[in-house]
Amino acid sequence: MKPDQINKYYFDDVNEIPGKIDRRDFIKNLGGGIIIVFSLSQLGFLTGCKTSNGNESSDFNAFLRVKEDGRVDCYSGKIEMGQGINTSLAQVLADELEVELDKVNMIMGDTALVPHDNGTWGSMTTRFHDPLIRAAAAEAREVLKLLASEKLEIPVNQLVAKEGIIFDKSDSDKKVTYAELSKGKKIVQTISEKPKLKQPGEFNIVGKSYNRMDGVQKVTGKALYSADIQLPGMLYAKILRPPAHDSKLLSVDISAAEAVNGVQIKREDDFIVVLHEHPEIAEKAVQAIKAEWEVPASKADNETIFEHILKTATEGNVRHEGGNIENGKKESELLFEHEYHDGYKAHASMEPHAATAILENGKLTMWASTQTPFGTRREVSELLDMPLEKVHVKQIFLGGGFGGKIYNQQANEVARIAKMVEGTPVQLMWSRQEEFMYDRFKPAAVVKINSGISKDGTIKFFDFNTYCAGARGTELFYGVPNHKTTTLDKNGVHPFFTGAWRAPGNPTNTFARESQIDIMAHSIGMDPLEFRLKNMSDNRAVRSLKLAAEKFGWKDWKPEKGKGRGIAVGTDAGTLVTIIVEVRVNSDSGEVKVVRAVVGQDMGQVINPQGTAIQAEGCVNMGLGYTLSEDVEFDWGEVKTNSFGNYDLPLFSTIPEIIESHSVDAVDEPPQGGGEPAIISVGGAVANAVFDACGARVFRMPITRERVLAALKKG
Amino acid sequence: MPINVKFELNGKQVEVQTEKDQTLLWVLRTQLSLTGTKYGCGEGLCGSCTVLMNDQAVRSCGIFMEDVAGSRVITIEGLAKDDQLHPVQQAFVENDALQCGYCTPGMIMNAVDLLNNNPEPTRQEIIEGMEDNLCRCGAHTRIIKAIESASKAMKGEPQP
Ligand code: FES
Ligand code: FES
Repeated sequence: MKPDQINKYYFDDVNEIPGKIDRRDFIKNLGGGIIIVFSLSQLGFLTGCKTSNGNESSDFNAFLRVKEDGRVDCYSGKIEMGQGINTSLAQVLADELEVELDKVNMIMGDTALVPHDNGTWGSMTTRFHDPLIRAAAAEAREVLKLLASEKLEIPVNQLVAKEGIIFDKSDSDKKVTYAELSKGKKIVQTISEKPKLKQPGEFNIVGKSYNRMDGVQKVTGKALYSADIQLPGMLYAKILRPPAHDSKLLSVDISAAEAVNGVQIKREDDFIVVLHEHPEIAEKAVQAIKAEWEVPASKADNETIFEHILKTATEGNVRHEGGNIENGKKESELLFEHEYHDGYKAHASMEPHAATAILENGKLTMWASTQTPFGTRREVSELLDMPLEKVHVKQIFLGGGFGGKIYNQQANEVARIAKMVEGTPVQLMWSRQEEFMYDRFKPAAVVKINSGISKDGTIKFFDFNTYCAGARGTELFYGVPNHKTTTLDKNGVHPFFTGAWRAPGNPTNTFARESQIDIMAHSIGMDPLEFRLKNMSDNRAVRSLKLAAEKFGWKDWKPEKGKGRGIAVGTDAGTLVTIIVEVRVNSDSGEVKVVRAVVGQDMGQVINPQGTAIQAEGCVNMGLGYTLSEDVEFDWGEVKTNSFGNYDLPLFSTIPEIIESHSVDAVDEPPQGGGEPAIISVGGAVANAVFDACGARVFRMPITRERVLAALKKG
Repeated sequence: MPINVKFELNGKQVEVQTEKDQTLLWVLRTQLSLTGTKYGCGEGLCGSCTVLMNDQAVRSCGIFMEDVAGSRVITIEGLAKDDQLHPVQQAFVENDALQCGYCTPGMIMNAVDLLNNNPEPTRQEIIEGMEDNLCRCGAHTRIIKAIESASKAMKGEPQP
């Protein structure tokens, strides 16, 4: 078993694709069958489907192909990183096209095979990509029916399609299969303006639970991630890293590294790379380099960062406003002013950033753990000054993303290295320490809220100021006559990169708002559920809250010493989500254990209920990390968190014993996002439950034991 | 000085030439082309690299090749017998006990060891046995279920 005998290239038909991609070439290479082509400019009838860069999409827009054996290939620019869209998209397609689910083959994220896509993030796949695939599938079904009509000499409206067979409504013996219809043909059809889509009630596969389609590949070790690609003669790269961000290299001595047998060292200014056929030897060699760095002076650390943010994030932007805050103050009988803090959080995907690449014959081929294969292609082509079509980013599984894999630093690095050793394949996988260092953390943030109520529990005003957390999730679903939402930020506030972390900024904003709501409810002794319902103006928020409260059994819940319950409601990616948790708090140690979490979501039509439940469970489990234990430690550009030894992810013992996921029945409504929303309400729900359990109001996440104890002391 | 290491890998004798302080994880992934065993931290803290060595779950990122000589190693690729998934693999598939799948090989290898030593674990024993395997996707809830159902499927009989 030598590397050159296996895994030569991941998807073999990719090699047949010519360098310049246009529709004719693409289709020529595609083989027979029925191909449904989209022109992106046609997609006006589907919202959200436009590409940001028309040039990149060229004319290359095939979406699906019914092959001559009756199987269906679906080409999508999205990537699979665990969220299960390779299953849910296939469901949508199979249902609309009337084929069995296991006939569908998803080809995803390969820049030479699939239409341009801006990336897989923002819980947009189900909202904006499903409609495309449905339209293409519906079109294919109609084409097949026309062909069947000719062949069987039966009018189209007499025909029914089911499980890949078209038959006469009144005589099911008169039939023809998709395979028979596609055989020996090559029909290329452009989608019509308004394809005939199924109506609610007509779905057979959508709305049902299916296991993941990639399960067997993943339990047998066959699923390939970008560092699993092995190419003959490949070298493993390690890069010399500074001790802190923005450090300057003063001097370097590479002699000890050079002395290592078989090592190659390449250098472009501060970019010093060690290559070896064994990754561990490359690692040792890079460690042997003696470098002196100038580290910039510290302006803040993980304790003083909030002060620093308040001082420096001064560029304000009013996002929503209604009524008049001053009037609201006058109308209020009780006033509340609080400040909430949340630290930096790492994405900490189990798969570190990795990429494998080779530059040969003027063409760069790359496998990269990226949520944005087309973005990677563009960046790399600019970096190496190569035409777009000479860069090929291939399909791959991702070992988690969560918004962390949209920046592609590792792909750019590997491209640079591939050029340094042109003709030789190279692989770069960040160590866990590099992963922490170069992660684009969820930014630390401060939220200041001023609010007021009348004694009967009516919110009179709500003045929400969020520093560095952005506007996501701040749409107010409480009916407040006087309200204002301001985001404040400024370039250069943070000592290092920050970026999109699963539902960017929203967990912080939701934690702050829902804590404040709870504080107001408790101040007048009102049940926090009742208080929310009294003030809520948005119907879908009410539906999600009522659903969660009912499933939780809010009414009949019995208090007990050390036990508490808490609610948080939030909105993200078109979905309204309520989480209610039950916690146990040990008042001596400050330890918080979440025992049960109930998720109630209003997310429109649900494609795969099991997939939705899994995303909700994942959100709750992952969300407990930012809520209770995760915090990046640093002294300005020096990221001190460098291992799982000092960054506490949720564990089997810390996740709730019970997680229930429920969705509002809304088959008539468009499907909404599901990969991120449920994570936003975890922090607020736990904070409120901790207060309910022991009277400790913690204003800073993570809600550590020390903070619980300190809050208890304060009383 | 390179050394030659002979050992049994997924039922077959293999021999590799390595430096003696190279780790089993990377030798598996590179020289032996078995990339199902994953790197997650390289310091024994995540469990992604778990394999069975002489029937014990070990973290291959901390096993040096000189200590592998003469041993019996099973990786995720060697768990299924003649295309028949191991009951733990089967249970992971049926329970959708994975998302991105990156932690999955390590989870499965660790669970196999757990069930071999304790064929009918309680929920608490599963939690304790799996505690040091990390999963970022939050698949824990279904991993516990999968191990429970694998235990039932194996009817308390350990499987190699
Ligand atoms: S890679 Fe071995 S324990 Fe993390
Ligand atoms: S399934 Fe993604 S890390 Fe566990």
